[in-house]
Amino acid sequence: MADNTYDAIVIGSGISGGWAAKELTEKGLKTIMLERGENIEHVKDYVNATKGPWEFPHRGGRTQEMIKTHPVLKRDYPLNEMNLNWWVDEQKSPYTEIKRFDWFRGYHVGGRSLLWGRQSYRWSDLAFEANARDGIAIDWPIRYKDIEPWYTYVEKFAGISGSKEGLQQLPDSHFLPAMEMNCVEKDVSARINDHYKAKRMIIGRTANITEPLPGRTNCQYRNKCWLGCPFGAYFSTQSSTLPAAMATKNLTLRPWSIVTKILYDKDTKKATGVEVLDAETNKTYQYFAKIIFLNASTFNSTWILMNSATDIWPDGLGSSSGELGHNIMDHHLGVGASGTVDGYDDKYYYGRRANGIYVPQYRNILGDKRDYLRGFGYQGGASREGWSRNVAEMNIGGDFKDALAEPGQWTMGMGGFGEILPYHENKITLDKNKKDAWGLNVLAFDAEWKDNEKKMRVDMQNDAVEMLQAAGVKNVKGHEGDGTIGRGIHEMGTARMGSDPKTSVLNKWNQVWDAPNVFVTDGSFMVSANCVNPSLTYMAMTARAVDHAVSELKKHNL
Amino acid sequence: MKRREAVQYISLLLGGTIIGTSYFLEGCKSKTGVSMAFTPDDVSYLDEIADTILPPTKTPGAKAAKVGQFMTVMVNDCYDADDQKIFHEGMGKLDDFANKTYNDSFMKLNPQQRHDLLVKLDGEQKDYMAKKKKEDPTHYFRMMKELTLLGYFTSEIGCTQARRYVETPGRFDGCVDYKKGDKAWA
Repeated sequence: MADNTYDAIVIGSGISGGWAAKELTEKGLKTIMLERGENIEHVKDYVNATKGPWEFPHRGGRTQEMIKTHPVLKRDYPLNEMNLNWWVDEQKSPYTEIKRFDWFRGYHVGGRSLLWGRQSYRWSDLAFEANARDGIAIDWPIRYKDIEPWYTYVEKFAGISGSKEGLQQLPDSHFLPAMEMNCVEKDVSARINDHYKAKRMIIGRTANITEPLPGRTNCQYRNKCWLGCPFGAYFSTQSSTLPAAMATKNLTLRPWSIVTKILYDKDTKKATGVEVLDAETNKTYQYFAKIIFLNASTFNSTWILMNSATDIWPDGLGSSSGELGHNIMDHHLGVGASGTVDGYDDKYYYGRRANGIYVPQYRNILGDKRDYLRGFGYQGGASREGWSRNVAEMNIGGDFKDALAEPGQWTMGMGGFGEILPYHENKITLDKNKKDAWGLNVLAFDAEWKDNEKKMRVDMQNDAVEMLQAAGVKNVKGHEGDGTIGRGIHEMGTARMGSDPKTSVLNKWNQVWDAPNVFVTDGSFMVSANCVNPSLTYMAMTARAVDHAVSELKKHNL
Repeated sequence: MKRREAVQYISLLLGGTIIGTSYFLEGCKSKTGVSMAFTPDDVSYLDEIADTILPPTKTPGAKAAKVGQFMTVMVNDCYDADDQKIFHEGMGKLDDFANKTYNDSFMKLNPQQRHDLLVKLDGEQKDYMAKKKKEDPTHYFRMMKELTLLGYFTSEIGCTQARRYVETPGRFDGCVDYKKGDKAWA
């Protein structure tokens, strides 16, 4: 039993779990990090990272077999030949869709920190105050001043490249040098900013480092991030937080560990540890600690809570508010515009920049008012067309081949990321009739967009068209796909924080109201979604929560 | 379908070029595939078709890049049963067309005859694809042409000889001079 006792347990090893492990171990706590999937070792296990396109038998595409075995992943770009093993095995881990929900998961050490899009933006008070201002859901229990020092803290370690812009709705980070826009982006950006008399288009802010950091090389512009970076040039658990945690000698990493429940002591009203099902042997183990950080990813953290302390609360630990599992959010996308750009035939670029341009939110803030709530940002970029372009006047033959071997027309496009409101009725529940490969009940999803999101999408398309036309882009066409909820891969909510235990699952320090030594710091805690990519906020909130946890522990309050 | 949207989304995510846009998402439709076997003669035949679509110029052609073999892998693994059938039947139709036009099989034609034949076929394909209803099948020569382009430009020859491939660029220059004739980056 003594062997299974630690100071702290971290459940999950993705972006927020990695941060929890780093912070806890650096503060001297003996910590075990439990990961449900396999280990992936930095560099050594990035087996496809240096392959040329020709080394993949289907050149990265998808086979009939892959489609058959990945009924969810096939719905969008994640199903591909190059990093297939880093996406969940859907046959072993199914889920139920009362309404369609695209859930793209990564069950392995590092989680989706290996696969993420790396765009990193701070929230502002315009976003933290939005729920209170609009009378939606509940107010955030924190404001920008509470998180600001923690943004700086995590940015210094993670490494975020970007440009200082002084925008109220998008506070500047502690930046490494910004990546460069290409010629067309510079021109389009200048024209748009001039047209709207505002800073509309900036370079994307990304967790790819543009100067070396300890143990990491700056970005080499290979644009193969999601195969794992042999240079450690983008932030992941493997490149960043895990080596730091390991260096303290306070961390034990246990892969293949499915946490099935948190052990709860009703006398002390605290958690005592966790129960683990070994995914390889199917044996059950218990681990004990004073502090538990729940970072199993949005929905899976809530799944663990739903399965915990059910003798006291039938719907699980944290369910006393009636909000556990509710208020699912994501960002809605798949809508924007693109067109062609004349006049730059004598210009090109060198290097594959894994970043694009960004248009921060401008709707419904700073004096703007629409017939819907909240707003959206755009990500996009300009490039010259490749070999797959249509060459209408040519059929086949040598001239056709040589023409396609040259870069084509410049194009410029952008797609929106819109805020989804927190609707109480958008929820996950346990499906008692369906089990995964380990005999565990799976989650059932019942969530959808509503009128507010649909109205916003009209603007998202029209604004993109207008903006590109204003910049002189030709042949501008708007586009909109169905972009099902979940497709943003920015899952948020289901264990929101708040100021009142009657309406929230967590307090302002990410502690479960009903078990204060349990901290939930992945996307589950989010109270509203804003329209910016959320991971940077999870990092900052995790570091903040660990600081609070350890300080409370020292005061013997936990 | 959401293919176009998704392709654009990937392009945004990955910051630009992706491998095989035309194939990336719709690769396979969800029917159980019945593999039809390709013979070594079929591979040679497909190599010659591919090499007529993308012949050697200053850079090697599709045959040198083993595109015939690539086509068989893609048809076997990624096409659904209906498309596999169209492709296999198409191989016969193409040869019938050669016999009808030149009274000889495609493999016996000289390069100019092959070129002229496939130009006609490409015209037919374009007309058909422009007019067809959504539920109508893809033209077999469209399949051959798409697979040839994908197979060639993502091959080692297509990346490193027809185009320019730098595995580790090391830096990003957003604005460099370009002269007509300079190759695209792979």
